[in-house]
Amino acid sequence: MRAAIVVFPGINRERDMAIALELSTGHKPRMVWHKETSLDGVDLVVLPGGFSYGDYLRCGAMAAHSPVMAAIKAHAERGGYVLGVCNGFQIITEAGLLPGALLRNASLRFLSMDCMLRVERADTAFTGHYAQGEVFRAPMAHGDGNYTASPEDLDRLEGEGLVAFRYAEADGALTSAANRNGSARNIAGIFSPNLRVLGLMPHPEDLVDPLMGGTDGKKLFDGLAAALAA
Amino acid sequence: MKAIVTVMLKNGVLDPQGKAIGHALATLGFAGVGEVRVGKRIELELAETDPAAARTAAESMARSLLANLVIESFSVEIV
Amino acid sequence: MKPVNQALAAEFGLSAEEYQRVLDIMGRTPSFTELGVFSVMWSEHCSYKSSRVWLKQLPTKAPWVIHGPGENAGVVDIGEGMAAIFKMESHNHPSFIEPYQGAATGVGGILRDVFTMGARPVANLNALRFGDPKHPRTRRVVDGVVRGVGGYGNCVGVPTVGGEVNFHPSYNGNPLVNAMTVGIAATDKIFLSAAAGIGNPVVYVGSKTGRDGIHGATMASTEFDADSESKRPTVQVGDPFVEKLLIEACLELMATDAIVAIQDMGAAGLTSSSVEMAGKGGVGIELDLDHVPQRETEMTAYEMMLSESQERMLIVLRPDREDIARAIFDKWDLDFAVVGHITDTGRIVVKHKGVVEADIPLDPLAEQAPLYNRPWVETPKPAPLGDVADPVGIAAALMTLIGCPDLCSRAWITDQYDSTVGGQTVKRPGAADAAVVRLEGSKRALALTTDCTPRYVQADPEMGGMQAVAETWRNITAVGARPLAITDNMNFGNPQKPEIMGQFATAIKGMAAACIALDYPVVSGNVSLYNETEGRGILPTPAIGGLGVLEDAAQAVGLAIKPDQTLILIGDTHGHLGQSLWLREILGREEGPPPPVDLAAERRNGDFVRGQILAGNVAACHDVADGGLLVGLAEMAMAGGTGITLTATPGGMAAHAWYFGEDQSRYIIATTNAAALIAAASAAGLPAIMLGHSGGEGLTLADGTTISVADLVRENARFFPEWMDAPHGDA
Repeated sequence: MRAAIVVFPGINRERDMAIALELSTGHKPRMVWHKETSLDGVDLVVLPGGFSYGDYLRCGAMAAHSPVMAAIKAHAERGGYVLGVCNGFQIITEAGLLPGALLRNASLRFLSMDCMLRVERADTAFTGHYAQGEVFRAPMAHGDGNYTASPEDLDRLEGEGLVAFRYAEADGALTSAANRNGSARNIAGIFSPNLRVLGLMPHPEDLVDPLMGGTDGKKLFDGLAAALAA
Repeated sequence: MKAIVTVMLKNGVLDPQGKAIGHALATLGFAGVGEVRVGKRIELELAETDPAAARTAAESMARSLLANLVIESFSVEIV
Repeated sequence: MKPVNQALAAEFGLSAEEYQRVLDIMGRTPSFTELGVFSVMWSEHCSYKSSRVWLKQLPTKAPWVIHGPGENAGVVDIGEGMAAIFKMESHNHPSFIEPYQGAATGVGGILRDVFTMGARPVANLNALRFGDPKHPRTRRVVDGVVRGVGGYGNCVGVPTVGGEVNFHPSYNGNPLVNAMTVGIAATDKIFLSAAAGIGNPVVYVGSKTGRDGIHGATMASTEFDADSESKRPTVQVGDPFVEKLLIEACLELMATDAIVAIQDMGAAGLTSSSVEMAGKGGVGIELDLDHVPQRETEMTAYEMMLSESQERMLIVLRPDREDIARAIFDKWDLDFAVVGHITDTGRIVVKHKGVVEADIPLDPLAEQAPLYNRPWVETPKPAPLGDVADPVGIAAALMTLIGCPDLCSRAWITDQYDSTVGGQTVKRPGAADAAVVRLEGSKRALALTTDCTPRYVQADPEMGGMQAVAETWRNITAVGARPLAITDNMNFGNPQKPEIMGQFATAIKGMAAACIALDYPVVSGNVSLYNETEGRGILPTPAIGGLGVLEDAAQAVGLAIKPDQTLILIGDTHGHLGQSLWLREILGREEGPPPPVDLAAERRNGDFVRGQILAGNVAACHDVADGGLLVGLAEMAMAGGTGITLTATPGGMAAHAWYFGEDQSRYIIATTNAAALIAAASAAGLPAIMLGHSGGEGLTLADGTTISVADLVRENARFFPEWMDAPHGDA
């Protein structure tokens, strides 16, 4: 699997993402500067976390207009894989590749803590190494992770099985206590209709090393590496 | 010309910041304050001198960048 | 423009005698700009005029110290060809005026001091002191400072991994924000600030210059009074996004050979950076302010020289590398301007619009900076405490202590700081006695902590200074790491009061003794004086930032216990209640001497504990500090969600003295190898007693009194959310 990590000015989790990808694929991913316009030969495009453009105006708003976005959209349109984490998820929604938007956390404060995520479907390249309904831990680090979309869009996402992960208790129950940022219907991540674009707020790439507290996040990258092995 | 774009969250989108400010005002003793909504005001100095053209330009800027129409609505004032 | 005379000099913060010195050096009345330069360079904040004489007493050398105090930050060899570069700095006065920006720019400033030396920042810590929670202003200060620290640190992408928070009425008008940054660089790629090369271009990079913070350095050098609200314009506003770009651009430039010298523009901005770079290099410097990127119109030379606009660096480049450098800063969309060049005149010459606005000889500016040996008196040693009866019982006292502001859970705060960015955080805030951050691509890790017990320093500055250093050493040891060096942040009141100067002088004496006994030198530091409002000063607070190394990050231990472990106490217990939190929180008394520090025992006990950890005999470890033994045990139980049954009983002293005394040099160890550990301690001649074992759902004393861990957790978690998240009037 050939992976590329897009670096916008202000991104700060590209190294975390590179470490996770290298652990699962055995290769260092390519770093793509936001002004580049070609993503030829890339299987997986990753938009990592951080504060692109300082989160000014709205999170991800200005990055969504970067020169590289046209290539990312074209890549998605031809069936390429795209993973957007945190700021990456925000950029993807701003660019219209996924529906909805990310608002300020309901508590109005930055949330830096682990959450539990329930896997809503295990038959995708991203979730293939998890079991349906499996609950796993992932670190959160965001101030604007409150997912929202119109009721019609939310119904459509659920109706078409496009919800990827939900904030849950360890036993899988969907409670508001488990949903610290207040996201609609506890939604932590969603897929595109072809299941090849995934956006999520938590950081699985920061839980791939037992020394850092666990390897719950590694299955996402292992799954991708296996599914996209060329 | 100056274009002033005001961006507000759409009605129906929860505004926790507005709520927090409402509570704070109540705690400070200001009675009779109902709903509070918080938005952004963006001032643009435009070279354009024709007001209609300036308005069109500002609206286009609002739609493509200044407002996220999924969650926000905007209004434009030309000064 | 005002006429330049002694009255103006006084407004700028110079005494009559200092102004006379300026006249003698210049041989004429200085220009307005020249007076500005002297006033900031000779301010307390920049010249350390009241403290230099004492700071010289601190030990600064060891075989692993590459650069001690004198550079932008301290540099320590950590092995494998790598160096740790670190320092702690205060941003106190601005954090009272405008808490968010004061704290944010404090973080920004210390980050720059570290990456200017070529180090990628890998960890932030902060030591915060706030006033009485019941004081009307405290809540707003806490809220702003925490949001500012998080807002800046999170955006820049450096994990905030540790620190401490204390509350005391003496900080009501003078909060302390001490920010520490640690960075990593190769030992052969460290950048210094001494300028060299006649004719070399002097380049300004980063944000444009505005009018922020003019005279910020002098504001930091005076007390507050009722007028302080009007000082608001002197607070700088930070942009962490630009700082992140600056870090990346500078590190990219540092990978080339283009840089001769580099320094960040911090306090007194362009003035202090250009004066210090040229001064250290023994050269001269000429600046043409017409080329300074400006974001305001009509800025005067004075304003540009004194502006404290953030996120700016000054670089002396190799002349044939200008284009490479410019291309890198263009890529990152940062301003890049050649604003001057190095000369051989030994003078700083500042031109603006064709006029020479300043022309000052550098040697006298530095060498004749005022140096004061201010009169001082020792703090009288406090009378011994004597016996104190326990009015509430052990269980009630424990609940009060673990719920009080100084001991309660700090999760409300640390949940707002990104502690995982970078993917190297082995021990997150609260998990262990020190933060543990692995070095990328290596097995090794850094152990980091900040500590100080200001009430001890107030009672006995020498013992308190010693204790602050010792406690950082202990906390680093408690995770299994080898302590290497410290950075110190000396926060004190008005040095023109002999009792305050005495606190400073004797705290240094105690710190020095600890540094020597523990082979633990000072490699960097900062002094913040005049922390007083309307004549009332803070508790003397020498905040210490400690750094150590673990050869194998996998060996780090935290404080969470698991069931079926045995708990052992290393170190002697004498039941010392003087200056204890028990005495303050239960009886409302701040009396008695602080617990004495026996440096030899600290060393013996600590080396033994570290050895046991590295031998794999330790499952969890926690040093005994504020609140004493029972609080330490409760903290381990809460961290692990597991109860403890104590079998040890208070021996030879009152129960409350045994449970809550704050005797030093002690560690609680949880082990599944108790027999071996006790035998080893015995062989080493060290005091070790079996305390009990872990398991169940309650913390149970030998007499059967039991408190449920769930109750402890609930009480421990209450204070901050109830105080900070309740509806309030100061959004």
